[in-house]
Amino acid sequence: MSRRRIRETPNVLGALGGLVWVVVTIVPVYYLVLTSLRRQQDYFVENPLLPPADPTLDAYRLVLENDFLRYLGNSLVITVASVVVILTVSLMASYYLVRAGTPLSRGTLRLVLLGLAIPVQATIIPVYYLIVRLGLYDTLVALILPAVAFAIPISVLIIVNFVRDIPAELFESMHADGAGHGRVLVALVLPLSRPALLTVGIYQALQVWNGFLFPLILTQSSSVRVLPLSLWTYQGQFAVNVPAVLAAVTLSALPVLAAFIVGRRQLVSGLTAGFGK
Amino acid sequence: MTIVRRSGAARMRRTGPPFWLALPALVLFGCFALLPLVGVAVLSFMEWDGLGTPRWAGTEIWLDTVTDPATRAALWRTVVFVVVSYLFQAPVALLLGVFTAGRQRYRAVFAVLYFLPLLFSSAAIGITFRSLLDPNFGLSRAFSPGTLTTNWLGDPDLALYAVIFVVGWCFVPFHALLYQAGVRQIPASLYEAATLDGAGRWQQLRHVTLPQLRYTIVTSSTLMLVGSLTCFDVVFVLTAGGPGEATRILPLDMYLTGFRSYQMGPASVIAVILVVIGLTLSLFLSRVSGAGRMQSQQAGAA
Repeated sequence: MSRRRIRETPNVLGALGGLVWVVVTIVPVYYLVLTSLRRQQDYFVENPLLPPADPTLDAYRLVLENDFLRYLGNSLVITVASVVVILTVSLMASYYLVRAGTPLSRGTLRLVLLGLAIPVQATIIPVYYLIVRLGLYDTLVALILPAVAFAIPISVLIIVNFVRDIPAELFESMHADGAGHGRVLVALVLPLSRPALLTVGIYQALQVWNGFLFPLILTQSSSVRVLPLSLWTYQGQFAVNVPAVLAAVTLSALPVLAAFIVGRRQLVSGLTAGFGK
Repeated sequence: MTIVRRSGAARMRRTGPPFWLALPALVLFGCFALLPLVGVAVLSFMEWDGLGTPRWAGTEIWLDTVTDPATRAALWRTVVFVVVSYLFQAPVALLLGVFTAGRQRYRAVFAVLYFLPLLFSSAAIGITFRSLLDPNFGLSRAFSPGTLTTNWLGDPDLALYAVIFVVGWCFVPFHALLYQAGVRQIPASLYEAATLDGAGRWQQLRHVTLPQLRYTIVTSSTLMLVGSLTCFDVVFVLTAGGPGEATRILPLDMYLTGFRSYQMGPASVIAVILVVIGLTLSLFLSRVSGAGRMQSQQAGAA
């Protein structure tokens, strides 16, 4: 009852502050979309915050004619491949780490969790060295391997916390029925840890999808270029054709926007992953 | 038959899942995360141009890099970058989190809009702001000539702060989500009690919300500080460290030294410095939060 009274006095200051950040958030996005619809020559004369007098999709056509779909495909390939590998190896490891209960498994878990504190950026030089030595420089595999490696600690942490909550009786009854470890993993652990796998999958997909630094140092050909890196190279390639550069930026956000519209709740919980607790 | 099966099951329970299940994860993690961490320390004692074979050089590289005024300048710049970023991001994210945790309709709409930056990669955001902040053709054209022609990214005195703003624009929404989730976990009974005691909105924030959020604050602060310390993508795309060296913070310094000047040794030294500062920050903050862990987070909630 008393709560209702508080609710009824509107929080004007809060609403105003909230509105200020709405403006701060919206203006760059509004500018981005609007500019991408301008003619190149109009960009230099029109007011950037007013809708284009003569809107056009020329910029988008130019971007699509310049291999955008190939870069999109590369990004999709490394994202899907990384996520599949991350989920598979992390789930297998988590089953072992939770159910083995040996000094070895406890030590292994501690070692893996140590990885949570490794700043990825600081390891680019040895990663570059390794990838070159393995003959993988300038391939998509070069982007998948480090992405998977650095994803393992947080993925294992989240999945382990989930598998731990599966009642021991379920494991015991499956074993009593003669099921081997592979069968327990597929028929019991996999279905029961689906929410954790979804969270980890979304979180890591976004990490890989948005990754810029590893593609920058581990690839150079346009045949293996991924989306974030392509935006940067478009900027050099299109130079003064700003509408085209910004059309590429707009297009690059569409897949995530689609994901946001389809599964907003899952995306948000995936984003904050293990940190939300 | 049944006897055999039983003894098989019993043995399986005793032994538990086999170690090889963890092997793929361990090999990948070991080769491409753990080994590079060790590798960067080793490479910091070696001379390498990125192409040939690394050659042992001893402590010389460390001495040269650490005493180099450019490294010290980059370190100081990084301190400013991290501290100012934190002072900007933390209050805004906290307030937005508290704000969007409210159940009012308009706040739900605002929350969707706040999410917008999360749809873009850092590279995308860097490119957008580069164009937006252009003194000739960017936002400045929206106003009559001469009113807002500040060259945000081109002025050595302003560039670092312009970059801090853009980085904040990227990261605030994520931390606001963390705080929103944190606030929504606070038991309503605490606010009811506070209201009965006559606490106003500000006092509730100060005496109920903030103390209840202390774990979220520690988590978010750790991620913010370490995130700013290792921030590369946005800054690289926005300014590539320039103008001059005005935004050349440590991660940029590391990349440019290694992959543009082909001095992998000094670049590795900078990387090790980053790792040490990062680990110290994380450890310090987890200590701080660990100290209060004995106290129940929900103490007083009935």
